[in-house]
Amino acid sequence: MDARRTDVLPDVTPTRSSGRPALALGLTLVGLAVLIAAPLFVYPVFLMKILCFALFAAAFNLLVGYVGLLSFGHAAFFGGAAYASAHALKVWGWPPEAGILFGALVGAGLGLAMGFFAIRRQGIYFSMITLALAQMVFFVCLQAPFTGGEDGIQNVPRGHLLGGFVDLSSNLNLYYVVLGITAFGLFAVWRIVRSPFGTILEAIRENEPRAVSLGYRVERYKLGAFVMSAGLAGLAGGTKALVFQLATLTDVAWQMSGEVILMTLLGGIGTFAGPVVGAALVAALEHYFATSSFPVTIITGLVFMACVLLFRRGIVGEIQHRWRR
Amino acid sequence: MTTVFGVPLQALLGQVLLGLINGSFYAMLSLGLAVIFGLLRVINFAHGAQYMLGAFVAWFLLEQLGIGYWWALLIAPLVVAALAVVIERAALSKLYGLDPLYGLLFTFGLALVIEGLFRWQFGAAGQPYATPDELVGAKNLGFMVLPIYRGFVVVASLAICLAVWLLIERTKFGAYLRAATEDRTLVQVFGVNVPRLLTLTYALGAGLAALAGVLAAPVYQVSPLMGSNLIIIVFAVVVVGGMGSIGGAILTGYALGVLEGLTKVFYPPASSIVIFVVMAVVLLVRPAGLFGREG
Amino acid sequence: MLELGTHEPVPVAVDEPAGPALLEVKGLHAWYGESHVLHGVDLRVREGETVCLLGRNGAGKTTTLRAILGIVGRRQGGVSFDGRDLTRMPLHGPARVGLGYVPEHRGIFAGLTVAENLMLPPKGAEGGMSVDEIHALFPNLKERRTSPGTKLSGGEQQMLAIARILRTGPKMILLDEPTEGLAPVIVQRIAAALRQLKARGLTVLVVEQNFRFARNIADRFYVMEGGVVVDAFGAQEVEGRLDRLHELLGV
Repeated sequence: MDARRTDVLPDVTPTRSSGRPALALGLTLVGLAVLIAAPLFVYPVFLMKILCFALFAAAFNLLVGYVGLLSFGHAAFFGGAAYASAHALKVWGWPPEAGILFGALVGAGLGLAMGFFAIRRQGIYFSMITLALAQMVFFVCLQAPFTGGEDGIQNVPRGHLLGGFVDLSSNLNLYYVVLGITAFGLFAVWRIVRSPFGTILEAIRENEPRAVSLGYRVERYKLGAFVMSAGLAGLAGGTKALVFQLATLTDVAWQMSGEVILMTLLGGIGTFAGPVVGAALVAALEHYFATSSFPVTIITGLVFMACVLLFRRGIVGEIQHRWRR
Repeated sequence: MTTVFGVPLQALLGQVLLGLINGSFYAMLSLGLAVIFGLLRVINFAHGAQYMLGAFVAWFLLEQLGIGYWWALLIAPLVVAALAVVIERAALSKLYGLDPLYGLLFTFGLALVIEGLFRWQFGAAGQPYATPDELVGAKNLGFMVLPIYRGFVVVASLAICLAVWLLIERTKFGAYLRAATEDRTLVQVFGVNVPRLLTLTYALGAGLAALAGVLAAPVYQVSPLMGSNLIIIVFAVVVVGGMGSIGGAILTGYALGVLEGLTKVFYPPASSIVIFVVMAVVLLVRPAGLFGREG
Repeated sequence: MLELGTHEPVPVAVDEPAGPALLEVKGLHAWYGESHVLHGVDLRVREGETVCLLGRNGAGKTTTLRAILGIVGRRQGGVSFDGRDLTRMPLHGPARVGLGYVPEHRGIFAGLTVAENLMLPPKGAEGGMSVDEIHALFPNLKERRTSPGTKLSGGEQQMLAIARILRTGPKMILLDEPTEGLAPVIVQRIAAALRQLKARGLTVLVVEQNFRFARNIADRFYVMEGGVVVDAFGAQEVEGRLDRLHELLGV
């Protein structure tokens, strides 16, 4: 018996099957209704930012919450995809649906390349390796000719969806498209987690040696999850490029990787709704400080420290925990 | 003019020296990270911020109090180490026994706060810090001109690394540290105050980062972001070297610094990513790192 | 690790020799995480005695030693040593009042040389053995003092583990399975060393599976099962209890 046995991150066992499916369904429908009505009350671009981040955080959570791998390099997929989509939309003149899809594919491709190296180590090393590899992507974006250096790719055309049918220069139109994309992405995460594939991922997270001894090719499952997570992060990044008509170094910098960790941690690692709640809170926080000269990183840093010290389950995780008792 | 592979010797040696200087900082910082990680199982993301703090304390001492470089070499590490003691007692010590990732996340938040505070106060631009009078100037070595301060940095960092190595491998404190790295509980049952040992070790690592920061002040600009740019490279250095070995961390730091310098000569665009490429290759060939023991 | 039988072992009231105890354990409970391992252990060790804890695997012997020192998730009950309450001390407390520990699997540090391993535990009181005395007792340690600790043979590692505690000058040592995995000839040497220490007045609480070894060195015995003490007797009573011991220990 080892007195130094450590808890495995996250503290909370993710809930694959919520005990109250009716309640979960009800909450989801209420949430959806609120989101459909929201642009009547809140500025749609701000809502779209939240949606993009929510999808990004949900993609990140797929890896940390259900496989137990904390990536510190998800900005590479988000930002890399933002550049790819922006380039396809602006330079190649692709329609928006193709541009976003291209971004998601580039995200997944980057995920495949990075994951190939990163899954060779676990725990803390995995985090450091993903951080370093993402920094490499950052430097490539800084220097590559097609990314526009410090300026990034600006004035990305939003274009028309479905062959000119839906004009996306209208924020309201675009909002419902982004809502659809996010809903699709979240549904994908939900499906993956509940699939047989997700069950095996959970088994790996709980006890990797046992999964190996049962004959599972653990590396492949991890890599698969990594690529899916990266692809969904890419979907979020490509969508973000379309919404803001912009892809810059901010999207691909390590601070962005930190931000998505914060969103997930604050909302609740390994919970389905946590990343969405966390994304909304962090986006609101940034919005609030955007006009002041006070660096928002001081606040985000403090929230980080407070979450780790006092609040490791996150908001949704804490609610679920108390509810169950 | 002498050339090597079509590159003037002077330029080549100049870049090797620059690489050696960067390598000095990689070595000192990865050494501190390895010492902290070895015992505390915490990846100290705030290491870059502590390095920056060291440089800023030196700058503040000079600007506000007129206290010069040599005193700063002593005072700045002590100030930062004292701060580290508070952080370890108040927060990090509460995270032992949890997944080490929480330590990483906590120190990440800490780094954000420290850097944010300095950016708020001083802006993102750098503050110049004058080279101490005794080390101004350059020496013509015949084959190249060596700025004296840069030569000093390389020698000083070698001496610091050697001193830390001796402290860990040859002293009683080092024996406690190595033993506690293997089995913390048993060492404490033997009567060693291990919680205090952990605090001291974190302070030692942070002080080392601050010392590197003071050495860096005259070379680079003293800026709030000087640490975060460096820390990620140092993480890659640590992955390449493997966490298991103090000597390995030092050696890898210098070697990768020089490699980066050489890349700048032969193919400049790759110089900012060459260390990451090496890391990827090492992960393929030896996933535990060049000097790593843990599998 | 612990397998509780279907029947609950009942602690017995045992005849104890009178006189003040150096170590006194009363109603000690211990938990690892959720699992409740000790269910109220009582034992006393007087100064100068060598007392042996017997019992099958999983009976709670090692946990008793660890709980005395505080190396368990949670404990409840009384542990007093030399008049001091150990349950109120931090983990580094017991060693400082003279309670030494030789852990299961010896706990030799791979990253330290033999000499460093020997010098590692801080000296508690006056009167510890000098390095010369230790080298006289265990000559192999002298020859191999610059080798890494774990490069020693099992027997040498055991000697090192005992020696490094003797150097600190403890009043009492807790020894966990000193003969585990050792060749008979080495076991005899360790028994000889322990008798020598006893002659010097050292108090010992030893956990053993090897009954023949234990019989050779101990003054008194406790038998544990299911996390409680179920029997206690002196060395002179061993003959009369062999049958019951065979049943209890499965030897």
